[in-house]
Amino acid sequence: MFRFFLGRLAVLIPTFLGVSLIAFSFIRLLPGDPVALLSGERVMSPERHAQISHNLGLDRPWIVQYLDYLWGVLHGDFGTSIVSKSSVSEQFLQLFPATLELSICAMIFAIVIGIPVGVFAALKRGSFADQTLMGVALVGYSMPIFWWGLLLIILFSGVLQWTPVSGRISLLYFFPPVTGFMLIDSALSDQAGAFKSAFSHLILPSIVLGTIPLAVIARQTRSAMLEVLGEDYVRTARAKGLSPFRVVGIHALRNAMIPVITTIGLQVGVMLAGAILTETIFSWPGIGKWMVDSVFRRDYPVIQGGLLIIAGIIMLVNLAVDLLYGLINPRIRH
Amino acid sequence: MKKTIFAAALLAATVLSGAASAKTFVFCSEGSPEGFDPGLYTAGTTFDASAHTVYSRLLEFKKGTTETEPGLAESWEISDDGLQYTFKLRSGVKFQTTDFFTPTRELNADDVVFSFDRQMNAQNPWNQYVAGASWEYFAGMGFPELISKIEKVDDLTVRFTLKRKEAPFLANLAMPFASIVSKEYADSLDKAGTKEKLNQQPLGTGPFQFVAYQQDAVIRYKANPDFYKGKEKIDDLVFAITTDAAVRFQKLKAGECHLMPYPNSADVESMKSDPALKVEQQEGLNVAYLAYNTTQAPFDKVEVRKALNMAINKQAIVDAVFQGAATPAKNPIPPTMWSYDESTVDDNYDPEAAKKMLADAGVSGLSMKVWAMPVARPYMLNARRAAELIQSDFQKIGVTVEIVSYEWAEYLERSKAKDRDGAVILGWTGDNGDPDNFLDTLLGCDAVGGNNRAQWCSKEFDDLVTKAKESSDQAERTKLYQQAQAVFKKEAPWATLDHSLAIVPMRKEVTGFVQSPLGDFAFDGVDITE
Amino acid sequence: MADTTAAEDVVIDPSRARRLSEFWYYFSENRGAVIGLVVFIILVLAAVLAPLITPHAPAMQYRDAVLLPPAWEANGRAAYLLGTDAVGRDIFSRLLYGAQFSLFIGVVVTLLALVGGIVVGVIAGYFGGWIDTLIMRLMDIILAFPSLLLALVLVAVLGPGLTNAMIAIALVLQPHFVRLTRAAVMAEKNREYVVAARVAGAGSWRLMFRTILPNCMAPLIVQATLSFSNAILDAAALGFLGMGAQPPTPEWGTMLAEAREFILRAWWVVTFPGLAILITVLAINLMGDGLRDALDPKLKRS
Repeated sequence: MFRFFLGRLAVLIPTFLGVSLIAFSFIRLLPGDPVALLSGERVMSPERHAQISHNLGLDRPWIVQYLDYLWGVLHGDFGTSIVSKSSVSEQFLQLFPATLELSICAMIFAIVIGIPVGVFAALKRGSFADQTLMGVALVGYSMPIFWWGLLLIILFSGVLQWTPVSGRISLLYFFPPVTGFMLIDSALSDQAGAFKSAFSHLILPSIVLGTIPLAVIARQTRSAMLEVLGEDYVRTARAKGLSPFRVVGIHALRNAMIPVITTIGLQVGVMLAGAILTETIFSWPGIGKWMVDSVFRRDYPVIQGGLLIIAGIIMLVNLAVDLLYGLINPRIRH
Repeated sequence: MKKTIFAAALLAATVLSGAASAKTFVFCSEGSPEGFDPGLYTAGTTFDASAHTVYSRLLEFKKGTTETEPGLAESWEISDDGLQYTFKLRSGVKFQTTDFFTPTRELNADDVVFSFDRQMNAQNPWNQYVAGASWEYFAGMGFPELISKIEKVDDLTVRFTLKRKEAPFLANLAMPFASIVSKEYADSLDKAGTKEKLNQQPLGTGPFQFVAYQQDAVIRYKANPDFYKGKEKIDDLVFAITTDAAVRFQKLKAGECHLMPYPNSADVESMKSDPALKVEQQEGLNVAYLAYNTTQAPFDKVEVRKALNMAINKQAIVDAVFQGAATPAKNPIPPTMWSYDESTVDDNYDPEAAKKMLADAGVSGLSMKVWAMPVARPYMLNARRAAELIQSDFQKIGVTVEIVSYEWAEYLERSKAKDRDGAVILGWTGDNGDPDNFLDTLLGCDAVGGNNRAQWCSKEFDDLVTKAKESSDQAERTKLYQQAQAVFKKEAPWATLDHSLAIVPMRKEVTGFVQSPLGDFAFDGVDITE
Repeated sequence: MADTTAAEDVVIDPSRARRLSEFWYYFSENRGAVIGLVVFIILVLAAVLAPLITPHAPAMQYRDAVLLPPAWEANGRAAYLLGTDAVGRDIFSRLLYGAQFSLFIGVVVTLLALVGGIVVGVIAGYFGGWIDTLIMRLMDIILAFPSLLLALVLVAVLGPGLTNAMIAIALVLQPHFVRLTRAAVMAEKNREYVVAARVAGAGSWRLMFRTILPNCMAPLIVQATLSFSNAILDAAALGFLGMGAQPPTPEWGTMLAEAREFILRAWWVVTFPGLAILITVLAINLMGDGLRDALDPKLKRS
């Protein structure tokens, strides 16, 4: 197992270096001179331009800048925003809990509905219910989620007026962040109604972000269940007269979960991509919106640092999934 | 949504009925501030969240005007040679007492010297307290070349010595970058090794004090009880950051905020008809123009420039690009600026006369380039669309137009070139409300090859503007600037296109909000009435 | 369906007609796939015939008909079947022209990703060694980014616009093809028929592209349909974020972006472009499911 882990890590390191090199070179490829943009219509004298370039370290050879950047990254310094002049890693840490909270809720939504639906469909294979559910799942899988979000806003915020349009919590409530998770923080605060407000703000974004993972999980669970249900030991168990509940619940489901867990792990990347759209629609102050805003503000250091951090997270999650998979299913190691 | 609004209304009502009623004013702001140190930045969004709430300055702009009035400096003297400005500070001005800092002394000359020295002096330990600090406005207003020294005369007296006469200097001191920060606070941050906090937890002498900022979501302030002009009528001020204009409108309608900036022009009609709302509007402190290259034939001829100006249907541009949220421009400075010449007669839109005038000037079969900016700016939301309209206008008088564009930074750079081919669409947003900031900056001889995109150097104009810059008599300056505007109109180096309108929708119960011609959103003096 | 020899049959069977009929048999078994195919054909026809069947030009602004609801609503007019947008353009006409863009995007992006992916994948799989390692690390790097985020930044680098959006999307979709091709080539390269061809003196390129490749087309075709729908979704998402096709292009995602400000006032400007995206993507995904079953019953994935 340890060698397996080392092997994976050995692959990870050059990949991470490559990712950092790509993220770094974007900033050089982007059109336009970020220093000149600082002054807009106002004219910047060549001396001042040189001075600022020097202050930002942009006048050194790029290889030096890259190594310097890499050195910083290894020490947790992902650069400084050219717009706000504050540290990229600090901004990230402030905003990441919002994305994490949203992603976790979306994933819970997807799993809690997706797995039972998949199991049910597998058990009723070929029935009308199976076909309908899988049809709906395919619709979910094909969903342009930015439109789905708008539709839900029209329906639930516009027509029915059940949920708020955007944000994480009503402005009425104010308490210092403790964990950064609004649900937990609002529950910890003694302000009546805060938790309810935070919760109601989470509903629509979670549904939107969870839709595609839900569809994928339901489809994956169904096919994994079908495969397991066809295996000899399940047939034996059935033949032995074990109750269907025990057969499905204990024997089949446990084995079917192996590919499903992998699928769930792979949805992390999908989630982060989805967060870009979901957070934009719901004005959710997380890293997806942060990245989009930075692209529009041409805040290159933030784009660079954000790309690197996000790619790093995905790579680590994939590694964790690999390891987990290796643990549950030893055959894969060879 | 309705439920939360009910809850909000209910809560507000219960709070308001209490004896210690806390009034909360919510502003749905359009974006996140870049930071909270106004010296570091140039965006209005940042100034609204820092300079106009937390800080105050030696001089302030009189509400609703571009004229200045005493602020932290209660009086000043200018030496006879016009080079020394001696400011007498108001005594007893307290810095804010907050959760994060308790001041032990009142405002004094050290704070003023520190506020400027950190921007001016590269050796000041606070000059680079955030990476890449460029003190953009301080440099942009020419202070490094203008100020020779700033000294403390006594605890409440500060003297600025200039290298040359410069009348707009006083107006510059009312700008956000000239906000006065507390040296005592800075020292304590330095001691704690957390210099960057100066940009995260601001502390000043302004009407509101900083409470908390949740990145990209909410900024909270409360009224400064020690404000030197007295405590504000509202108790809490909240900036709810809402980047989408449609969502801002929804929140305003629902009563989740009291006032919003920058509405979609498509929404303005329905705002005006909403009984719960009122809409105020004013020309912004900006101008969009089409600058000919006056050094290149045939644009070196006044008649040609005049003819082209007469061919442009400005109203059509205002309608198509702004849906009416702008006014056609006739002068190079906006109408809200002092010395604006009302009497100027604009070149009439008259394609026939223009055609004839062009023929009389001996120009036929002219083809030219029109440069269109690639980005939306407050004074020109869609330059390409405007360029297309100009293209079809010029077509009518037999002038063929090719529209060109470059990436924004390159556009700015290339359009400066003295031998540039073509007329450039560009504009300007005023900084300090002084006409010098438009007339000299954009049209002076010194700016040729730089901000003077028309490459236009008229001795008559330049003399007037230089004379106005050196005089400190407002009445005389006004007269000189009006003469300069007349010269400009006669010579027509630009086609002045438009001044965009700043439209501010707010709840009916909001009182005391005064629109600033500088485009600021400042909430001192604002109240909510039932 | 459990006939695991079907794939082998496809390889061995010399008769094209028979293969085709077998393919169609499996494909038509899947009702969803047939529905998807029908819808897709209708969409293609609508896109091709758009200039003939649309009542209005897509960019034509009717100043007297701004934000009209669909024809069946109270204030709707028959001339504007699905209503008009904020500047008085007919939504129905714009949607049909939008189909041209979306299908075009799908085809071009898929072709770019497919061809690029095959070439790179074959090279990696056939030559192996450090070339293979280098290529696969590169693909890992691309896959380490969320695809939409990478596309977004790429478009920011290249400049917003439809062409650049297509290039960016093709680039982020391509690693899947590389991986598939490489795996298939590695599996095939030591098979007898390949060894035989090599002994007979066939050159490397000929071996790779004429002999090996046709035998690993099935998974590539399935992946191609997936990419087709992904390309349409991603292009619409970029358009929605303002980084794809630029207004006034009637691209569906861009239309949605323009419609956002009317979300609570004019549901039709928001609803129909999204519905068009959903229907198109769904039809292609349905077909993809059918293709997968038909081409390779072993390839049962999620």
